Amino acid sequence: MKKFGTTLALLATLTITSLHAKDATLLNVSYDPTRELYRDINAAFATQWKAQHGDNVTIQMSHGGSSKQARSVVEGLPADIVTLALAYDIDAISDRGLLAKDWQKRLPDNSSPYTSTIVFLVRKGNPKGIKDWADLIKPGVQVITPNPKTSGGARWNFLAAWGYALKQPGGNEAKAKAYVQALYQHVPVLDTGARGSTNTFAQRGVGDVLVAWESEALLAQQEMGKGTFDIVVPSISILAEPPVAVVDSNVDKHGTRAVAEAYVKFLYSSEGQTIEAKSFYRPRLPAVSAQFAAQFPKVNTFTIDDEFGGWRQAQTKFFADGAIFDQIGPGH
Amino acid sequence: MRRRILPGFGLSLGYALAYLGLIVLLPLAALAWKASGIGLHGLIHLLSSPRTFAALKLSFVGATFAAVVNAVVGLLVAWVLVRYRFPGRRFLDALVDLPFALPTAVAGIALTALYAPNGWLGQWLVPHGIQIAYAPPGVILAMVFVGFPFVVRTLQPVLESLDRDVEEAAESLGASHLQTFFRVILPMLFPTLLTGFALALARAVGEYGSVIFIAGNIPMRSEIAPLLIVEKLEEFNYAGAAALGMVMLIASFVLLIVISLLQRWSRRWAEQTR
Repeated sequence: MKKFGTTLALLATLTITSLHAKDATLLNVSYDPTRELYRDINAAFATQWKAQHGDNVTIQMSHGGSSKQARSVVEGLPADIVTLALAYDIDAISDRGLLAKDWQKRLPDNSSPYTSTIVFLVRKGNPKGIKDWADLIKPGVQVITPNPKTSGGARWNFLAAWGYALKQPGGNEAKAKAYVQALYQHVPVLDTGARGSTNTFAQRGVGDVLVAWESEALLAQQEMGKGTFDIVVPSISILAEPPVAVVDSNVDKHGTRAVAEAYVKFLYSSEGQTIEAKSFYRPRLPAVSAQFAAQFPKVNTFTIDDEFGGWRQAQTKFFADGAIFDQIGPGH
Repeated sequence: MRRRILPGFGLSLGYALAYLGLIVLLPLAALAWKASGIGLHGLIHLLSSPRTFAALKLSFVGATFAAVVNAVVGLLVAWVLVRYRFPGRRFLDALVDLPFALPTAVAGIALTALYAPNGWLGQWLVPHGIQIAYAPPGVILAMVFVGFPFVVRTLQPVLESLDRDVEEAAESLGASHLQTFFRVILPMLFPTLLTGFALALARAVGEYGSVIFIAGNIPMRSEIAPLLIVEKLEEFNYAGAAALGMVMLIASFVLLIVISLLQRWSRRWAEQTR
């Protein structure tokens, strides 16, 4: 089905480019929960591009699990831009030579125009009294989080929990491992994606806490009504930085480099940042942050680079075959 | 040379072979080629993992269980649809195909919504300790759902062509209802029932879309083998994923061969008892 969609997109691209030489079509390959965000971004960018250059630009979207999307691009999905859940997935694309090795240094802020963090979504009134990571492993608490093996978002959850345990007084690797092991024993359902977990928690009524991206938690609260869930911000969490990049070899092939680069720059502009904040992602620009201060409470965060030496190292250490996540699970 | 009924035998045979090669054998060859990248050491490591074993066991045992349920219930449904005339029969008959038509993800979500702790059925079952969604019974339930039409649809034409005289003869010779069913009807239906069973089994072993929504996906407990394959892909471990796929394929193939042997034997048995 996806292949069929790709072929269609390709055909559409060919037809459109041959009809209007100056008009451009971009394909933005993104991960799952960014549908709402990029729908608004694309409309705003197309308007701005038309005003500045007089040309039409159509942005097509492809959504799916982050690593699955990366695989599709590696296998030939002609993405001009990738906007994925974690840098490791774009690293995998650059490993196949589709974009420069130093892609993450080409744009400001680790190529992540917006950020999020990991928070807890609990049921109205917080009946289990969840305040911090330590409360998640109390007896009788059920935690919902997706499988880090299949969900990029869930890897941020895992690393946030690990980082918390490591930073406790007397914390070390062994204690962190024991903590996450206990944590995953409290998980009754391991969904394959972040949206799946949100549905299990919100629609199916399973579990006491959903460990989620702040953007997902705020969206769930908005969709289900403020009265249904409370958001609990833990004492410390990870700064989730979903990165964006222009896919060099594809834009050169399509002749779309200029518009693709303008598109990713637009994500850093004050207009782009406002749209991102409205879609519940934390903006980087101080002026926009100040405007949305009520929506995003202050959180103590650590970054993947400081705490884990970047995604490549984290991936090998925690999520590769036989690595720590496999060791803490049953049966390895 | 013997004259054939259909003209253009060579052409149609060539076309059939080329088509099969393109649609079935070529992808399988690609799978085998990718899987060969894992090497012997990697294969042993993969197969000796208790988690792989647990996932394969859940997929195959669950699918067998589901196929048995489908064989029994499917026989009953086919019998009712063929032998009885009642209002709404055509509607019921059309309903049988629904699991074919429904996207599997939709089926999975619908079943989960029913059996989750806050679902229509789940809210009554879970307090009594009967957990279906997010547990192995949920996996089997989804497998039963997707495999159901196979048994009914394979049995129906055979049931329709079944001679009623044989039953009447059995009864007139003093056979009880049970004897007539087990000694006369079942032997005649058995080869077809096995075909339906095999189809339902094969469908359930590979089922992914509906199962992952209801399974809970906890390693060693409710994780199916196809999910393990997806996990390998997410690690960009193509060889591991392909190897596990090959293992499943070979196991399914062996199962299907056993079933077809059983079928031959039962056909002979049916002819002898006649």
